[in-house]
Amino acid sequence: MARYAVLIYGDENVEQDEATAGQVMAEYNAYGELLTGRGAMSGGEALHPTSTATTVRVAGGKTITIDGPFIESKEALGGFYLIEAENLDAAIELAAACPGAKYGGAVELRPCVDFAAENPWDPAPLVARA
Amino acid sequence: MGSRPAGGAGLNGSAARAAVEHAHRTEWTRVLAGVASSLGGDLDLAEEATAEAFAAALEHWPTTGVPPNPGGWLVTTARRRAIDRLRRAAIHRRKVAELEAALDTASATADSPIPDERLELIFCCCHPALAVDAQVALTLRCVAGLGVAEIAHAFLVGEQTMAKRLVRAKRKVRDARVPLRVPDRDELPHRLPAVLAVVYLVFNEGYSASADAQLVRPDLCARAVDLGRMLVELLPNEPEVLGLLALLLLHESRRPARTAPDGSLVLLAEQDRTLWDHTLARQAGRLLNAAWRRPGCGRYVIEAAIAAVHASAASYADTDWTHIVRLYDLLWQVSPSPVVALNRAAAIGLGDGPAAGLAALNGLADDLADYQYFHSSRADLLHRLGRTDEARTAYQRALELAGNATERAFLAGRLASL
Repeated sequence: MARYAVLIYGDENVEQDEATAGQVMAEYNAYGELLTGRGAMSGGEALHPTSTATTVRVAGGKTITIDGPFIESKEALGGFYLIEAENLDAAIELAAACPGAKYGGAVELRPCVDFAAENPWDPAPLVARA
Repeated sequence: MGSRPAGGAGLNGSAARAAVEHAHRTEWTRVLAGVASSLGGDLDLAEEATAEAFAAALEHWPTTGVPPNPGGWLVTTARRRAIDRLRRAAIHRRKVAELEAALDTASATADSPIPDERLELIFCCCHPALAVDAQVALTLRCVAGLGVAEIAHAFLVGEQTMAKRLVRAKRKVRDARVPLRVPDRDELPHRLPAVLAVVYLVFNEGYSASADAQLVRPDLCARAVDLGRMLVELLPNEPEVLGLLALLLLHESRRPARTAPDGSLVLLAEQDRTLWDHTLARQAGRLLNAAWRRPGCGRYVIEAAIAAVHASAASYADTDWTHIVRLYDLLWQVSPSPVVALNRAAAIGLGDGPAAGLAALNGLADDLADYQYFHSSRADLLHRLGRTDEARTAYQRALELAGNATERAFLAGRLASL
């Protein structure tokens, strides 16, 4: 199994009416249950909008803070899940079930680096065959 | 290496070398696929280990004899070499032990047929999570077995650029865990088009080499046909797989007539049909017949059928244009695109006259404003209607848009003859 981050991007300036917002929330709840039920849920958070973001950098020993996100763009990171999946196909299937992939938004799948693994390859298929 | 000599040690060196060369031609992809699969998709390591296994064969087979199952011997050897490499890296001790234990069991069957994992490899290389240029490069490297320099040359990029593209693609396969697996039945309709598109792209790059002075690069066409044949061998019941190979063979059958001795382009209308390779066309016909009866025919089967109608006409004038227009109508249903509409209009122009063709072209001008063949088709129809000034303007626009020297020379010739 490998871990992937499901990064949810969307236009945060789109106002949703109450009915749609309620439906989206219900879909996210169902999605969380789906991940948990499949044993794929490894974590995740919803984020406040980029208007609340603070960008921090250290230069010459001084901490400099800037009001706003690191990158200004129309589509902003709105939240993320950490999921467990056997391979990219399985991860894509789970990502496609995320409500964030609909409603004009998109999710970005990023494999997580596994520092604990001794090596990047997996002898399981050979072991299984033997 | 754990193999037994098959023909005794009496084999001479050149026979053994020939056996290695034969295995390289016929087994390379199978061996790479087998090794990659057991390494969990590390294509880079699999590639190096495969190369070492063939080098080992060259070294050992002249003295030990050719093993009864060369492919099995090569896979086992390549897996051993992969372990050696990992052991040298020294940080993989525990995994190496596991792999070795597995291999001890596996090597007992080194003489039995190895499972064919080429299809898994193909679907991995043509995975939609990879950019199309990465899919093409990986397929040519890992499935067709072309060298980095050859691929770079074929796509007119520097060798370093191509090497980087391949490294990046292989890293993504490994790190994002693009799986070595054949999609399930219900996924296949979504995954197969990418595989077919890669093969067709390779063929087209060879057939109408853009931006290159040479019109056709037969080596690339041949590689695409090889890939098409491999797909037919592995997926013999998929109509679009049969259709793609039929289409490639029909294009190939016309190749000898498509360029004049001076290298200039000869249009279908003016080709010497006695130069066509009718053996290839007959092979394509058989594939097409097998595909046509099955559900799931798509753009490749229909395009092949259109090419087959041309192949069966004794001359351009004898072509059954009504049949061709009907096939384009069908093609429009499965794959509507302005280019399909353009070809349909051209066929109408030939069947029902230039005025009808020009009427069918109306409405495509916006979509195809920058498409060379729109303007050359239009120029041809205008010329036949005697509207020479408009024809000239249209040929000039086509000339501005033409990519390769051969096609530019052709259009310049048309312009001069007005």
